[in-house]
Amino acid sequence: MVDRSGTPMVELRDISIAFGGIKAVDHVSVDLYPGEVVGLLGHNGAGKSTLIKCLSGAYRKDSGQILIDGQEVEINNPRDARAYNIETIYQTLALADNLDAAANLFLGREIVTGLGFVDDARMEAETRKIMGRLNPNFRKFKAPVSALSGGQRQSVAIARAVYFNARVLIMDEPTAALGPQETQMVADLIKELKKQGLGIFLIDHDVHAVKRLCDRAAVMKNGELVGVVKVDEVTEDDILAMIILGKKPEHLAA
Amino acid sequence: MSDIARPAVQPRRRSVIDSLEIDTRLLGMIAAFVVICLAFNVMTEGRFLSPRNIFNLSIQTVSVAIMATGMVFVIVTRHIDLSVGALLATCSAFMAMTQKVWLPDLGFDLGSPLIAPIAILVGLAVGTLIGAVQGWLVGYLTIPAFIVTLGGLLIWRNVAWYVTGGQTIGPLDETFQLFGGINGTLGAAISWGLGILAAAAAIWALFSSRRAKVAHEFPVKPLWAEGVLAVVYAACILGFVAIVNAYEVPAARLRRMFEARGETMPEGYTEGYGLPISVLLLILLAVVMTVIARKTRLGRYIFATGGNPDSAELSGINTRLLTVKVFAMMGFLCGLSAVVASARLTNHANDIGTLDELRVIAAAVIGGTALSGGIGTIFGAILGALIMQSLQSGMAMVGVDAPFQNIVVGLVLVEAVLLDIAYRMPAIRPKVVLVHLILLPVLVWFFAGWTYVAVAVVISAGLALLLRRKGML
Repeated sequence: MVDRSGTPMVELRDISIAFGGIKAVDHVSVDLYPGEVVGLLGHNGAGKSTLIKCLSGAYRKDSGQILIDGQEVEINNPRDARAYNIETIYQTLALADNLDAAANLFLGREIVTGLGFVDDARMEAETRKIMGRLNPNFRKFKAPVSALSGGQRQSVAIARAVYFNARVLIMDEPTAALGPQETQMVADLIKELKKQGLGIFLIDHDVHAVKRLCDRAAVMKNGELVGVVKVDEVTEDDILAMIILGKKPEHLAA
Repeated sequence: MSDIARPAVQPRRRSVIDSLEIDTRLLGMIAAFVVICLAFNVMTEGRFLSPRNIFNLSIQTVSVAIMATGMVFVIVTRHIDLSVGALLATCSAFMAMTQKVWLPDLGFDLGSPLIAPIAILVGLAVGTLIGAVQGWLVGYLTIPAFIVTLGGLLIWRNVAWYVTGGQTIGPLDETFQLFGGINGTLGAAISWGLGILAAAAAIWALFSSRRAKVAHEFPVKPLWAEGVLAVVYAACILGFVAIVNAYEVPAARLRRMFEARGETMPEGYTEGYGLPISVLLLILLAVVMTVIARKTRLGRYIFATGGNPDSAELSGINTRLLTVKVFAMMGFLCGLSAVVASARLTNHANDIGTLDELRVIAAAVIGGTALSGGIGTIFGAILGALIMQSLQSGMAMVGVDAPFQNIVVGLVLVEAVLLDIAYRMPAIRPKVVLVHLILLPVLVWFFAGWTYVAVAVVISAGLALLLRRKGML
């Protein structure tokens, strides 16, 4: 069981962000403890991705606080987030299609030789190592990632997030483009990372997956937080009701 | 992460080209270049590939080629720079004014050895600064590069005019003129020395990269393939040196040089020009830019940003600052190119660099740089510049009318991109074939008149039928 007695490793407090007149995220608070998987659920446009992009540095929040280990921090760009060991697997994967797997994996954090040149050979060797663990069938180390299948691209994106000793992992629909086998692979990976003590935000549409993989589920609707529930205490129908109706089931609301 | 990497699987090799791991696209470009050269050589009865013409071709290409290497980075990051010709003029104007007016006004003698270096520094600084400002407007103020540099084209062309008052300024400093080409060559002995050094360096690079691959247990090409490549590289480098050395300094000029030193020229004495300093500059630049593109973080970020700007930003790359750097580099290279261009002409004229922006963009694009971003090579851009210059001077030698020269260059530009698209997208190939089958009679009419059009139409139609039956059309 997850120990929630200490300070949360990540706490999003009262986050708001608006685009034009539309409040994409409206005073939402969520927290995350070590070794915990928190699912973020909601319809398309509910504000899940937007909320999480405030943490990953892709967007800047309009108001609210982000706390890491109880300390308030400013995350103004993806570099800041990476400095706090927050890694993100974006829904779009965010790969540079014209570069190969190794170049993508180390993008922004290249291994360099003593003279300051990028060390392609070492980066490829490291890529081969981690891919051997994540996706042993992966062979196309020389090809640009545009030549890879959806599953292979996904595994490159996952490898990039996992390689750099993440503490907090944000996964935005990591299985959307995957087949059943690869989906299982991601599920196994999440369990393993959880065991290692990482905190994971998992954005997913699949209520079954959330029920199976997550400890808590935060449901959003129209930019507002409907509620955060422990998945063991609710049924799938309860969660679905929260997503669709936008309010907590009565037996929990009390 | 304790797992051991699986032993790399050696993929099955088929053809010689596979074994050599040569980019087939690049090979196609080199082949096209060779065909152009050989065709002109036949048409000019051997004058096109004479040492004299090859020497001239190489020094005429340098100015555009220098800027084309920078344009590769600009286009790869999905921008464009229309101001390079005008910026070259501004840099050239500042350098000319520095050496002929401003420094002498400060009390420097006209022959002072400090004049050339100071003037060059001024030119490079002006170019870099203007480039950086344009990059800042594009990157941080998010004005499209097309607009910023279109404005720049008008501004810098006329800043150059204003600075010099529209006058031609020259003759430029003698040391400065060494960068122009014919007035600054290294002579046969030094050229051979540099050639041998370069060949050795190329072979060393080849085998050290092989060693690195072996050390990580990556697949390597067969040893004979490395050997073949090593021989080809060495032959190209030394062959070029042999050619520029074979272009001999005219006897009259040699005699004057001896007289200037107070000696008399021995009977039957000859001397080759050797490698022009400007060409050496271009070669060094090509190496540096290729290293930047392939081996530095900056180059990696340039290509990543071109491939997917959003993901580059999400990967923590400061794409705005990167834009400034890329445009600043472009500006620096405009300054460098201005040194070569004005030194070659031995003076600064008001129209220097006019239309160069189009030549530079065309060279980069013919060399395989994709305007959609993310793809391009330095070597390709230089080859593109060479192809354009060869076409231009070849047609001039053959006696093609001036308007047709530009028409042909324009057609080649479009054709190069068309072939490139056909190479990348198989689905479009039938249409490309069709376009060429339609164009064939038109070209025949153009060059051979109405008499042969019927023949060409029959050939085209026959080919079309044949390809249709084979399912390729």
